[in-house]
Amino acid sequence: MDAPDARQYAALSIEAAAVVRTQSVWERVRASWSVRLGGSALVFLVLLALAAPWLGTVDPTLFDAGSRDLRPGAQGEITTLEGETVKHSFIMGSDSLGRDIYSRVLYGTRVSLIVGISTALLALAFGIVCGLASGYLRWLDGILMRVMDGIMAIPAILIAIALVAMWRGSLLTVVVAIAIPEIPRVTRLVRSLVLSIREEPYVEAAVSLGTPTVKIMFAHILPNCIAPLLVQGTFICALGILVEAILSFLGVGLPPDIPTWGNVMAEGRIHFNEYPHNIFFPGVFLAVTVLAVNILGDGLRDTLDPKMAKKV
Amino acid sequence: MLNFLARRVAATIPVMLVVAVLVFLITRLTPGDPAAILAGDAASTEQIARIRANLGLDQPIVVQFGIWFGNALTGDLGESFYYKAKVVALIGHRLEPTLSLAALTIAIAVLAAVPLGVLAAWRFGGWFDRALMGFSVLGFSVPVFVLAYILIWVIALKLGLLPVQGYQRIADGVLPWLYHLILPSITLSVIYIALIARVTRASVLEALGEDYIRTARAKGLPEARVLVGHALANAAVPIATVIGIGIALLIGGVVVTESVYAIPGLGRLTVDAVLARDFPTIQGVILFFSFVYVLINLLVDLSYVFFDPRIRY
Repeated sequence: MDAPDARQYAALSIEAAAVVRTQSVWERVRASWSVRLGGSALVFLVLLALAAPWLGTVDPTLFDAGSRDLRPGAQGEITTLEGETVKHSFIMGSDSLGRDIYSRVLYGTRVSLIVGISTALLALAFGIVCGLASGYLRWLDGILMRVMDGIMAIPAILIAIALVAMWRGSLLTVVVAIAIPEIPRVTRLVRSLVLSIREEPYVEAAVSLGTPTVKIMFAHILPNCIAPLLVQGTFICALGILVEAILSFLGVGLPPDIPTWGNVMAEGRIHFNEYPHNIFFPGVFLAVTVLAVNILGDGLRDTLDPKMAKKV
Repeated sequence: MLNFLARRVAATIPVMLVVAVLVFLITRLTPGDPAAILAGDAASTEQIARIRANLGLDQPIVVQFGIWFGNALTGDLGESFYYKAKVVALIGHRLEPTLSLAALTIAIAVLAAVPLGVLAAWRFGGWFDRALMGFSVLGFSVPVFVLAYILIWVIALKLGLLPVQGYQRIADGVLPWLYHLILPSITLSVIYIALIARVTRASVLEALGEDYIRTARAKGLPEARVLVGHALANAAVPIATVIGIGIALLIGGVVVTESVYAIPGLGRLTVDAVLARDFPTIQGVILFFSFVYVLINLLVDLSYVFFDPRIRY
């Protein structure tokens, strides 16, 4: 047999496909202006919350009878726990007990962020477990989904209010009370994802290889749910911040001495006519924070979850 | 149709049953003696003993639920120690302000949101579309009570156009009733407008891509008739759905709005009951609100037949 000549080889060879550079998910996320805007605003708020003690604040629980109802920018005095009276500039004014609104608002950032993030994590954790169980263990599905339907039939704020009334307000009970009504939504999301993913060939392959069910659920199915869950988690975080403020504002949330935006506003309700700053400053912080989280969520949804983005 | 109606009504029964169990558990998961909790802080030992006997607290918890649920079915939601009245009577008394507020809010929201959504879809990607989407994110983010105080400050206090707070019964005249209700309704409708406008925009946008729209335009229909008669008509089902789902949002908003504007409705009753730890009232109000929510969504499901003749049950 003759050795094949070069021409024959040339005819047989296939030109390699040109490398198409696709953007990675991370690159797409970073390119989204809503992720940048919401993310930077949020980073700024986190830094503000962490640096609160060094930003010219005083202990947010301190009050001084001589510095009651000061207008924003007024000079006054405040008595420290050691009994020292120090001069203090009330950038955002003071409330009717003589507490510094600026300090309370800045420290309130901590409470809001903690509540928002913990609510999201808690609702996601429970929702993931229930959703995986419901989507993968079919015998459990019926009962679990009926319970979830029941929870979803009660307006979320009413559940939160009733639970806090039961347990009385503390950081833990408020977080749990806000997270519970959000669990069904996460469960439904995870369940619907599981129902479509479990039909994928790689899951079938894992099943035929004898992989334990728990491992299939957490190692094969869960990683494919992460993008929509991240989006959902962001929206729950925004909602958690909002509901905590509502609970505190109504007087059924965290105890009034804890500096939260809702508490500052609740305190400012009575003198709103003369001193609107008590409601204005925490209100702006609250709205901006929730807006930042929502914008971040919108950006994540558009880049990570294009299917869902089209629906809304 | 009747068959569907029966099945759809039957499907709400397990949901309401689960709701009832959850609401029942509110007093049972509270640390302490349920009888003492239900009787309130000022109750005598005889009162507590009477409640214990009435609720069958010495019996298994399933029997206790049966007694409570049986009472609820016959319209007996227990007695409020705080208001010294039957919970059902309390709810009946507070119904009018809440119903007025909710009805006016829904009317404002639908009348504003649907045209806005259609316009945004029509000029998809344009400045109006982007402005509306921006407004909708803002509407979801500004808490209803912050918005309430901004509106009170500007419209009621600075301009003096509308009252700061209060409520007038509709029996005392429609105009004073409306006069007191406009500001709260506008406040409450903002988040609802954001929600409905978003869904209207998305579903009209989808309808606008269909072939029948091209046909309608090709045969020379005026653009307004294309938008309303063809695009919006085909987008009605998702819009009706979101109005139904949004009722949950509305109920949450009612609680806050009534509190800010001092409207003596069910939302205010809820907050007062929680502050007084008046558990029979809390249970009654939650059961009532959930029932209304489920009922409205049942009606929304049935309305699909009206909005889309292709749907036959």
